[in-house]
Amino acid sequence: MAKKSIKIRAKIKGDVTTVKALMNHPMETGLRKDKKTNKPIPAHFIQEVVAQAGGNTVMTANWSGGISKNPYLAFSFSGGNKGDEVTISWTDNQGGSDSGTAKIK
Amino acid sequence: MNTDMKRRVFLKGSLAAGTVGVAVGAGLLTPQAVMAAWPKAAFEAKSMEDALSAAMGSGQTDSSDDIKIKAPDIAENGAVVPVSVETGMSGVESIAILATGNASPLVATFVMGAGGLPDVSTRIKMGKTADVVAVVKSGGKLYANRKSVKVTIGGCGG
Repeated sequence: MAKKSIKIRAKIKGDVTTVKALMNHPMETGLRKDKKTNKPIPAHFIQEVVAQAGGNTVMTANWSGGISKNPYLAFSFSGGNKGDEVTISWTDNQGGSDSGTAKIK
Repeated sequence: MNTDMKRRVFLKGSLAAGTVGVAVGAGLLTPQAVMAAWPKAAFEAKSMEDALSAAMGSGQTDSSDDIKIKAPDIAENGAVVPVSVETGMSGVESIAILATGNASPLVATFVMGAGGLPDVSTRIKMGKTADVVAVVKSGGKLYANRKSVKVTIGGCGG
């Protein structure tokens, strides 16, 4: 299936867990043209990102092609514990998807 | 892919916090069900008010200094502009990031879930020098702040 395309780091300080994720994705807006053929490059971008921890969805993001290539995402949530797993999943406009997991350190 | 692999991926997936995202990753839930939630009208709107109406239910915002936007004063590369939005407001339901100079100004929305804090960062594309606007929805009302970012090389690759 889709190869792993998400790097995640999750650190807890006090009650706040900060998660930083880097995803591999072309994030094409659909507005660019291939310089050689002059044909438009089809839109191909992550539309939704869901972050879960401790069995709950802690954050959902909706994106357009306006997010940079190889998207970076950072967010925080409270109520996590060291050792809990944080899972980040994305789906894109062409039906592609992937997910990754990391333990809170 | 044979059913064995699918079963293993499914079992592996079900061990993690079971959700839509994991199910999609395991190929069990078609992306259609998830993509149905993507607010197309909001992301294709050409004006900020239309985009906010579609994404957050209202086109009206009150200005607020309690919304902190971190973004460079000058972005060397408009294709990768780091933006962070944080606020001390309580009861924040969602945050939106817009770039006023882009053809479709709405770039991202973040909805806070269980325990989610109003503190998000990402990198956006900016077509030209413009304002980065951060809109926070709290208690059903929208609050906004903005920061001007100079772009030396436009980021839409056009």
